[in-house]
Amino acid sequence: MPLSRPGLRPNSVTATNANETEAGIPFILNGKALLANSGEMLIDACERNGVHIPRFCYHPRMRPVGMCRMCLVEVDTGRGAGLQPSCMLTVSPEMVVNTESTETKQAQEGVLELTLINHPLDCPVCDKGGECPLQDNAYAYGPGESRFVEEKRHFEKPISISSLVQLDRERCILCDRCTRFADEVAGDPLIHFIDRGSQTQVNTFPDHPFSSYFSGNTVQICPVGALTASPYRFKARPWDLAETESTATVDSTGARIVLQSSQDRLVRVLGVDSDAVNWSWLSDKERFLHEATDSNDRLTEPLVRSADGLTPARWTHACELVGDALNVTASQIGVIGGSRLPLEGQYAWAKLLRGELGISNVDAQLGDGLPGEVMLGLPRATIAQACAPAGVVLILGADPKEELPSLYLRLRHAASQDGTKIIELTPRATGLSPNAAISAHPLPGQVGVVAAAIADGKLDAEVGGVAPGQLGAIAELLGSGAPVTVIVGRGNLAESASFTVDAIAALQRAVPEARFLSGLRRGNVHGALELGFAPGLAFGGGLSEDPGLDTAGILRAAANGEIETLLLLAADPLADFPNSELAADALKNVATVVAVDTFLTASTQQANVVLPAAMTGEVDGAFLNLEGRLSPLRAKVSAPGQARPDWMIAVEVSQSVGTPLDFGSIDDVRAGLAADVSVFGSLNWDLLGASGDGPLLEFNRTWEPQFGEPVVAPLPDGYGLRLIVDRKLWDLGTMVQQSESLRDLPEVAAVHLCRQDLEGLGVSEGDDVLVEWSNGSQSLQVRREVGLPRGVARIPFRLPGFNVGDLLSSEDLVAEIRVTVT
Amino acid sequence: MSGRSSTASNNYLPFAPGFVDNDGPKIVSTRFGYEDSHTLARSLATGGYDGLKLALRRSPAEVAAEVKEAVLLGRGGAGFPAGIKWGFMPPVWPRYLVVNGDESEPGTYKDRMLMERDPHQLIEGSLITCYALGLNQCFLYVRGEMAQAQENVAQALNDAYAAGFVGKNILGSDVSIDVVLHWGAGAYIVGEETALIESLEGNRGMPRLKPPFFPAAKGLYMKPTIVNNVETLANVPWLMLNGAAEYRKFGSEASPGTRMVAVSGHVKRPGVYEIEQGVVSFRDLFYGDNYCQGIRDDNELKAFVPGGGSAPWFFEDQLDLLQEGRDVGSAGSMLGSGALIVMDHTTDIVKACLRLVRFFARESCGKCTPCREGTAWEEKVLQRILDGHGRPNDIDLLLEIGKNISPGTYPVASFAEQGLDTVPFPPKQTTICPLGPSSVAPITSAIRRFRGEFEAKIDAAQSARVEA
Repeated sequence: MPLSRPGLRPNSVTATNANETEAGIPFILNGKALLANSGEMLIDACERNGVHIPRFCYHPRMRPVGMCRMCLVEVDTGRGAGLQPSCMLTVSPEMVVNTESTETKQAQEGVLELTLINHPLDCPVCDKGGECPLQDNAYAYGPGESRFVEEKRHFEKPISISSLVQLDRERCILCDRCTRFADEVAGDPLIHFIDRGSQTQVNTFPDHPFSSYFSGNTVQICPVGALTASPYRFKARPWDLAETESTATVDSTGARIVLQSSQDRLVRVLGVDSDAVNWSWLSDKERFLHEATDSNDRLTEPLVRSADGLTPARWTHACELVGDALNVTASQIGVIGGSRLPLEGQYAWAKLLRGELGISNVDAQLGDGLPGEVMLGLPRATIAQACAPAGVVLILGADPKEELPSLYLRLRHAASQDGTKIIELTPRATGLSPNAAISAHPLPGQVGVVAAAIADGKLDAEVGGVAPGQLGAIAELLGSGAPVTVIVGRGNLAESASFTVDAIAALQRAVPEARFLSGLRRGNVHGALELGFAPGLAFGGGLSEDPGLDTAGILRAAANGEIETLLLLAADPLADFPNSELAADALKNVATVVAVDTFLTASTQQANVVLPAAMTGEVDGAFLNLEGRLSPLRAKVSAPGQARPDWMIAVEVSQSVGTPLDFGSIDDVRAGLAADVSVFGSLNWDLLGASGDGPLLEFNRTWEPQFGEPVVAPLPDGYGLRLIVDRKLWDLGTMVQQSESLRDLPEVAAVHLCRQDLEGLGVSEGDDVLVEWSNGSQSLQVRREVGLPRGVARIPFRLPGFNVGDLLSSEDLVAEIRVTVT
Repeated sequence: MSGRSSTASNNYLPFAPGFVDNDGPKIVSTRFGYEDSHTLARSLATGGYDGLKLALRRSPAEVAAEVKEAVLLGRGGAGFPAGIKWGFMPPVWPRYLVVNGDESEPGTYKDRMLMERDPHQLIEGSLITCYALGLNQCFLYVRGEMAQAQENVAQALNDAYAAGFVGKNILGSDVSIDVVLHWGAGAYIVGEETALIESLEGNRGMPRLKPPFFPAAKGLYMKPTIVNNVETLANVPWLMLNGAAEYRKFGSEASPGTRMVAVSGHVKRPGVYEIEQGVVSFRDLFYGDNYCQGIRDDNELKAFVPGGGSAPWFFEDQLDLLQEGRDVGSAGSMLGSGALIVMDHTTDIVKACLRLVRFFARESCGKCTPCREGTAWEEKVLQRILDGHGRPNDIDLLLEIGKNISPGTYPVASFAEQGLDTVPFPPKQTTICPLGPSSVAPITSAIRRFRGEFEAKIDAAQSARVEA
């Protein structure tokens, strides 16, 4: 179709719409006839066609506001040329755009001069200097000189708006990016504009810090140095940074990141705008946890237990000891952990332990996950499929905001802007509850029964604490014909995983075509499962004939003296297994504990041999995220001391055991992986090298999970409260505690109750109460929690002040406590 | 009615004085002569709500057609015909009517009079409009500082609810309309319709960009919304009772009816006048015996603002212009919100300029960079000149800052005839709303005409510096 020349105006609206072709919307940019996509913003259409329009406030992942006026260009839509903000204008047919006209240039110069009049010229001491959009735009489009001789606007220099973010209001150019992010993306509208005119400033509400899990993103998107991150302030200049693209291993979402280092130290992590995964956003945990890499407490040499405790040893000596320890009957060896390891490390260990030594007591999850054969056997969904507009997402289990924060942001966007309907079948209200279509909270131990009632259409009576109206609404939404994705995680560590499994079975019955997205949270746990780090799964794929023991089983056997050697692959059962007493008994009664780890944790301190491993940022490798996407991990800094990549440690140990693995490089490991494990057999490893989100694996399972009879929870005893134990983003986890900026973020342990239960006890928020269980008691502060069902108490896992693992027993199907007034 | 009235002295008026009866035709100020003009009793005794009754007997389309035929021009500033604006609503429900009572344009105080003195007329006009637009939810937004207007409107609305004029099944019909009152929080910009909508939604009052947010299509809660000025709606009851033909007998062909103008400044009798549109010249208004009766102390006129603080200034050359929107527009200014500010020859023009610019600088919402930073910069430069620290290039600088906010120049005949440079009007703007460009109007007006006064101040500063 011939395009009209500039100056030729279409006659009517209908005529212009008729000009929209299959190929796109014709428009004219600087005299060139081009095509825009339907609904595309002018600023994006120009960018795609090689014409960059300067901007400050526009961000492709947020709604445009047209605030900074930097992107004004001369546009003629048939009513004469005029300046229009290209970030708020969708391309319309026959639009004539001139980004090089005198009008446009004058507007750009004018806006920049005005933007700069109150901006301090402290670039030499500003963290943003050198990578600052304001600097860049001022050089490229600015007037070169300021005519402003007045005194600039003054504010107190930087104020802490949270423990991680500092705000310098003098530098702020009021682009609304951070405030929009907080409100629109994170859902924590804790910063806002106050005052008006030239005195307008961004600030927090009095006494309410910007304590968002996502605060670091505001630093990344700030177009000037107004927002700086405390962990990075004055650490490096942008031109001194070396960087590489990698993947966050903090949780199983596998957010795409850039690792930046200076002088062989990781100093900063930025989010990468990956369409498939994290859309450039990161949680503060993913962003700042790199501090632990640089901790002084890192293990730098092998340690061997002697009369003086753990003492440094040579690698060969330590490996000989490990070889001896593994030289016992396979059934007397237990292996716990492996989720932290890159895929190559997992494979090398799996090859040695399962393939060569025939050990079947292997579990990557520490009693806080779900059975591997169930999780791998379910039809899988990707994040994009789950978040597709107008779909239905059922959340079974944990709060994504606490456990999988990057996934939470995607889900929140889907629910708040794309019409995705969220059904919560969670123990309590989650971060997504404000955006959920239905928020149902089955009582502990009842989620399977509730799901069964929905599947069987028994919607007329209350089941497990869920009202009939909610049951009906859930059934209706699931049956609405919209694609259903179930996100499955472990919402309550105080109830048996079998209830969640029962719920999965019922939901598969209710919606046979439903797809599932794993919500298992541990870093590379999905890689571990593929390699058989779970009882019931075979090394190389498929189900195992000889299921072996899970972590609880291994620890129980160890406590009974049936385990000779316990191998901890970056696992800390003492702190991380939800039954501390059993873990302590187990470690005491095992002949040899071998730990491969990065820090001396509670458990490694009791080990006989400790082997130091390199961690994320120090090794190349691959990471399998929760949707089955294989993303690259890249080394940016060198590992401290003698710490080694996990696959090398496995090779070293294999030689001591007498079944040497023939791997000399990471490529050898990958070749072995492709040969031994069918899922990776057809993988093109070059895809990992390319930039991009990494390939999605094709699983093609030949088996389906087998579900047994539903488990029935015992009735409440009528005196106690059913217990929920779940995780918080900030906890006493080793990495958080080794990161200086994050160490103090975990809140102090408390028992959470709903308002009615608080009133029933006659206590108010902040009072101390006595929490009692079968063989102990603890005084704890009480907190009020909205969205917690009646008769239920919640104590988060691994918080300072009280280890709730002390009161949990892995034998019990549900846990009960009593709360009394002290 | 209020705690104040019981303790007030006998000559207490429940509304501000300032209305001047000029013995001309009256459409909206018919009850202003009564001291109890704001009460339901007075309203009913003088034909109040008869227009509503009449409207309810006709179809909504007929009512809307009547208003369209009357060419009822909007009185908020832009002067757009209300009947045509109403026709922009897509057939989407729910839809809303928002009454813009956030009158804060410098010099304007006519809506306050209408709300204080005859709130029932406004409520009746709003109800008829709701009926014509087929909607049943009206929001009445009254400026935060207008305490008396708020009190009177609130009392009137309560009385109207009690009397069955508002609420469910109005006057026994199947029409139900609710009116919600909302007080502003003291921001000039909320008089701009999209900012008003933001404010009504509970957000910070910042304008939205048009397009895509044309209120008639995507307004309050993203639903079709008509925002009308108080005076516009106050015309509707009379129009219903007397018909479009009668209405068009007043005023000129293009601008029928009357309008309320608020004259302030250096005239002998300032106040609010109801005048016929398009037939009264500025000279008539300032010097006429029925109107302002001349400049104070029989001084010479230096300049006047023809339509609110945002309007470019006029001078004695334009005195014989009729107060007709199109004529005034082609002469390079606007009738705006009907506020005229008169300055006699004793006026310090730089000071007058600063006064207006400071207003816009303080009231800028802070959204668009050019307005937020530019208005504050203009204020600082003007203040500096007044403080005796002017620099030779300050005049050019002021004009350049103005260009950054309001680029380009449009040829305006009347200025060209006087050998003056062209003036940007109507303003092109680098901002979302016209607040920023409004601050440029007084500067360009003053500099073009009285450049010498600026130069004198700057020269004095220079020579003082040299001597020092």
